[in-house]
Amino acid sequence: MNATTPGWQLERQGRADRPALALGGLVIATLLALPWLGDDAVLDLAVEFLCYLTLAQLWNLLAGYTGLVSIGQQAWVGLGGYALFVATSMAGLPALVAVPLAGLATAALAVPAALLLFRLRPAYFPIGAWVLAEVFRLSFAQLSSLGGGSGMSLPIEVATGISEDAVTRSMVIYYAAFAVAAGAVATLYLLLRSRAGLALTAIRDSEPAAEAVGIDIRAVKLRTYVVAAAGAGMVGALIFLARLRISPDAAFSVTDWTAFVIFIVVIGGVGTLEGPIVGTLLFFILRGLLADFGTIYLLVLGAAAVGVMLLAPAGLWGLVAQRFDLHLFPVRRRLVRRGSIS
Amino acid sequence: MTAILDVLIQGTLTGGLYALFAAGLSLIFGVMRLVNIAHGDFIVLAAYLALALVAVTGINPLLLAPLVVLAMAAIGYGVQRTLFNKTLGADPLPPLLVSFGLSVILQNGLLALASGDSRRLQAGAIETAALSLPGDMSVGWLPVLTFGVAVAVIAALQWLFYHAPIGRVFRAASDDQDTVRLLGANNRHVYGLAMALAMAVVGIAGVLLAIRTNFDPAVGPGRLIFAFETVIIGGLGSLWGTLAGGVVLGIAQAAGARIDPGWQALAGHLVFLLVLLFRPQGLFPASRA
Repeated sequence: MNATTPGWQLERQGRADRPALALGGLVIATLLALPWLGDDAVLDLAVEFLCYLTLAQLWNLLAGYTGLVSIGQQAWVGLGGYALFVATSMAGLPALVAVPLAGLATAALAVPAALLLFRLRPAYFPIGAWVLAEVFRLSFAQLSSLGGGSGMSLPIEVATGISEDAVTRSMVIYYAAFAVAAGAVATLYLLLRSRAGLALTAIRDSEPAAEAVGIDIRAVKLRTYVVAAAGAGMVGALIFLARLRISPDAAFSVTDWTAFVIFIVVIGGVGTLEGPIVGTLLFFILRGLLADFGTIYLLVLGAAAVGVMLLAPAGLWGLVAQRFDLHLFPVRRRLVRRGSIS
Repeated sequence: MTAILDVLIQGTLTGGLYALFAAGLSLIFGVMRLVNIAHGDFIVLAAYLALALVAVTGINPLLLAPLVVLAMAAIGYGVQRTLFNKTLGADPLPPLLVSFGLSVILQNGLLALASGDSRRLQAGAIETAALSLPGDMSVGWLPVLTFGVAVAVIAALQWLFYHAPIGRVFRAASDDQDTVRLLGANNRHVYGLAMALAMAVVGIAGVLLAIRTNFDPAVGPGRLIFAFETVIIGGLGSLWGTLAGGVVLGIAQAAGARIDPGWQALAGHLVFLLVLLFRPQGLFPASRA
């Protein structure tokens, strides 16, 4: 190539980067200041929001980027919750230490689980993951030392161990949830910008092509599954720490930890970092509006998910991104002609 | 000794029902590569349909079964052409997510229409009629009938797939979706027919389930899981293998229930996981020529 022939260069920035960074800074500042801006109820809602955001980002990582559609992530949410209860009430560990420990425990179990589930044809993996969650649910219901089918409450010393004062307690749990959610989004962002992320994006776009280029898809899937399980485990630990009570049906609920998460990601937009954020916002707005209508609420969610899949498979954010060429997280890699205006 | 025989017999007969659950699921996957998460909920829908028909006509549900089968076939054809056909393609995600959404819609729709109360179909004397066996044992006529129906349905499906023109088209679509179009088959219609056939079997399964046990809108996912485990244990690609898989699952669950009622489903799950671990292709997979 000589100086007069145009070449190609890799463009990683986008036109929305600066405004997006400013917006992100504003959001993070608001979230950090939330305990002083809102009351207990707002903090509780925020914890739930951050937990669902994390689960949505993780599910998106699995399904949108690795092709692993799991309807069994509730297995890890529940296991994380029980791990926290066991670590605190039986081993006497402080609650905040038990949260990352729960993540480690779920990650450890996720390795053999993944190796087992990967033996299924890819199309059958979703239900296989669900069966695993059912095995966990039924098994924990048989463990009388953990309360069996009716579950157990968190000993009061564990809660007061965080802080004697209820207000401080909910603040601590809130910041823990914020750390987990921010950590998840940050990890995913950095991951997608890295070489490993390039592999993930390649797998998302075309598995056969990715394999042809030399990506070890099996290893990537295993690592991703374990990471997603660890994240789900920590979310589970936080949620049940906040609830102060756990039971097999609540811990391993398909509706709470999978159906809602899937709807969030599908309606928000699969395969982007912004989609789950949009989806979680919409989910909580819808829930606020339809809270009194129980069954109708789930019907609306289901119908919305089906509608989005039929009419706008890229989700709501996908529509916006395509229409306005808007990308808030600079994770894209575009080839542009050297010296040309992109 | 009688306990073991009892477990074997009850398990085998239950296996017939599970084979009926599984036949539709594996049929759809075979022809369209679609995993229908709503499969169990369609079984429950069939049960409620039967319930409604009985409430309106007062006729014995076993006699109304053909009506239910026809209705389910029509529903299957409609759902396939309006929903699933639009999503089928290279990406497995959309059809899976649509079927998941459909599952939630069905469960909550039935809950809103029929309430969460546990129901059961009354079928008269056959519910408790028993056949005496040597050795002081007896089996219910209903489980025997269910098993017989399962065998008949599987035999009919085998005949259809290997000796009927539409079966040839199904197998061709299963082997190579694009070429089948080149040869003139209308894929949209073929898929509709395949789903209609699967839903017809679901209709039979739903009626028999409803007579046999209590059901409510939430039991769908459990039936899906049993159907799925039956398919995997039995082995892909073989309908008789599916029947065998159902029998294995039924026996595993019966054995588990004997140890402790809470262990029934769990025992089945564990056998499923063991098969997945040691023989992932299933116990009786069809050998590909």
